Amino acid sequence: MIAEAGLAALWLAAALALLQLGVAFAGPRIGGVRAIAVPAAVAQGLLTLFAFAALITLFVRTDLSVQLVAANSHSLKPFIYRFAGAWGNHEGSMLLWVTVLAVAGAALALLERRLPLDTIRATLGAQAALALGFFGFLLIASNPFARLNPAPPEGQGLNPLLQDPGLAFHPPTLYLGYVGLSVAFSLAVGALITRDVGPALARAMRPGVLGAWVLLTLGITAGSYWAYYELGWGGWWFWDPVENASLMPWLAATALLHSINVLAARGGLRAWTIMLAVVAFSMSMVGTFLVRSGILTSVHSFAVDPRRGTFILGLLVVYVGGALALFAWRIGTVREGACFNLVSREGALVANNLLLSVILGTVFVGTLYPIFVEALTGEKISVGPPYFNAVSGPLVLLLAVLLFVGPLLNWRIDRRPVLRRTIAPALVAVAALVATVALGPMSLLSRLGLSVAAGLTVASILPLIGRNLRRTPLATWGMALSHFGVAVAVAGAACDSAFTRETLTAVRPGESASVGPWTIRFAGVDPVAGPNWTAVQGHLVATRGATRNLFEPESRAFSDPQTQTNEAAIRTYLDGQLYTVLGRQESDGRWQLRLWWKPFVTLIWLGGSLIALGGTLALIGRWWRGWRQRVRAREAWA
Amino acid sequence: MTLRLWFAIPLLVFALFVAAVLWRLADPPSTIVETRLVGQPLPPFATAPIVPGKAPVTSAELTAARQPRLVNLFASWCVPCIAEAPVLADLRRQGVRIDGIAIRDTSADLLKFLRDNGDGYDRIGGDANGQAQIALGASGVPESFLVDGGGVIRYHHVGAIMPQDREQVLAEWRKLR
Repeated sequence: MIAEAGLAALWLAAALALLQLGVAFAGPRIGGVRAIAVPAAVAQGLLTLFAFAALITLFVRTDLSVQLVAANSHSLKPFIYRFAGAWGNHEGSMLLWVTVLAVAGAALALLERRLPLDTIRATLGAQAALALGFFGFLLIASNPFARLNPAPPEGQGLNPLLQDPGLAFHPPTLYLGYVGLSVAFSLAVGALITRDVGPALARAMRPGVLGAWVLLTLGITAGSYWAYYELGWGGWWFWDPVENASLMPWLAATALLHSINVLAARGGLRAWTIMLAVVAFSMSMVGTFLVRSGILTSVHSFAVDPRRGTFILGLLVVYVGGALALFAWRIGTVREGACFNLVSREGALVANNLLLSVILGTVFVGTLYPIFVEALTGEKISVGPPYFNAVSGPLVLLLAVLLFVGPLLNWRIDRRPVLRRTIAPALVAVAALVATVALGPMSLLSRLGLSVAAGLTVASILPLIGRNLRRTPLATWGMALSHFGVAVAVAGAACDSAFTRETLTAVRPGESASVGPWTIRFAGVDPVAGPNWTAVQGHLVATRGATRNLFEPESRAFSDPQTQTNEAAIRTYLDGQLYTVLGRQESDGRWQLRLWWKPFVTLIWLGGSLIALGGTLALIGRWWRGWRQRVRAREAWA
Repeated sequence: MTLRLWFAIPLLVFALFVAAVLWRLADPPSTIVETRLVGQPLPPFATAPIVPGKAPVTSAELTAARQPRLVNLFASWCVPCIAEAPVLADLRRQGVRIDGIAIRDTSADLLKFLRDNGDGYDRIGGDANGQAQIALGASGVPESFLVDGGGVIRYHHVGAIMPQDREQVLAEWRKLR
């Protein structure tokens, strides 16, 4: 009954999307929006939320008469994974996608009041068109509520790699971010239809983009940490196609976030901002397509089906192709924005946008290059971390150096001797560079990374200096915090590549191995059992000076389905992380051990979190300001 | 108008993407992945003497050898290696020169293995902690690599060389002569 109700809610929501689309392009101009389109958008949001809640209920109850539950769940699974299992599969994750899309559409319809009515109408139409396509995909090609008759006595379980608390939060966060960008996309399409691109549009876009960007940042940071501890490979970024699929929308959204400010404050960069708004959500859809279609093979390919890939490709062609065609056709007729000097805030933001776009292009080309090469020459190649690191590393450092100056510049033109204000960070950077020589041999990129990170730590505070801190807008604090987060993350990445020590060994109980400053004695193994797995648990005693800690990495065997995973045992110290993985037992009775000592590696994720926190502050600050202005305006009017 | 063309660039890039993806969807990729080491020079590795009277195997010697070699990763504790041994002996009779790398083995176990299953190896090196195995990118034992006279890997066989694989290995070997 619950399944049928969920399905009915989805069909009803799809019908409302069709209605909203019709009203936007053929309905009455004034009454159509307020009386039909807005309520239709809100109802879609509520109906999809209901459907999503229905699916979660089915998973929590382990209702095996529903095909999706039978295929992905198991009554023995712990509660949290039965709950999270609802979106740990293709159909469920697409339902989550559609739910976020509909809720974002509802929020847009409810909250956006500043734009001209025509633009709102066209925007709601674009959002309805997006929703309709994905409703169609869900109902025709990926029905999450399909029944199974007869119901099996037990479910098939969930991919054990996904049985992890990280799963409960990582995909929903990313999806909120991915799909949140649809708001900017629809606004851009709406504005292209009415040819009305200006500061008001940028202000309408900003909260959605900022919120989506914060969630993407969090999602990518969490995903990176999840891969780091769950895959047991000791790395934090693998340039895997699916990681790239989440990075590309983030890069576009980061560029968009900065160019929106130019459009909002100065009315400049109109065509560019519109293009980024289209590209950002397009990258989200391309990312989903790459993950769902199996076009690129990857460790993340949990759900692979070429037929569904074809369906999403069709949607991509309509939406991305349509929006880009509209862009090519219309943007030439949009009024030019204000001019600016090269040495100005706009100039710095343009440089930021160009660098981010080059990184985006690099990742895009690197991810898809194997397909192109195979299409043209039949040769199989794979593009690995050396390419991505070599190209994007220096660009990221250039971006960070740009942050020394950019936030200090004035809008339009800056004739002040700005470079004088960057002397302090530049000196710190040079001092750090000299200091790295004393730290021993490391790659040039790590050396420069440490230097730039030190400089940027100082530079990120500069925009706050000389201001009345109590009257400084929260958004400025947020910017400084995010830029500081960049410094922290760059420092973490540089430390990881410069100072990590790795030991790969095989030991008998009682023997010791060492990694970095640590001595690790292998005490032996014990069998342990969890709710739906059994494991061999290693006992390692790590000592460094007076510090002595027990590590218990596990090699887990899951019963349903039968799979083996490594649970790394990781402990964080003030100066780094010790990372231990228990491998297989060898024929001679020795156990394989992989040990890493990773000084300051946690700074990577701390930096990511700070960047997201900065974005959150900016979001709160802007919202607070807007609210106060509305209150004042109302008081003045009264 | 020239400006308009610039604005169409994103659309063109996207069209290229769709074309490549359509091709890929129409012609799904095969799942056989050739090892990336084929066509590459041998990665540097060294092994230790483990059998009295036999020299160990090193990448340096293989690279300077001027004649092709079949490098066989095996171990006395590996059951498929026992099944592989007669095929290796046969290949040896056909003129294939074979070097062995014994993975995580002891001298005593290895001598017994060679006594029981025959010894067609010109050289045998011990790889006590699997470093050579890791350098070669081998995932287990047995695995074999055909290396040409210049030290470039030309063929990689994962798993035991069974009688049905004999002809292919011989054909690859003759290509190198």
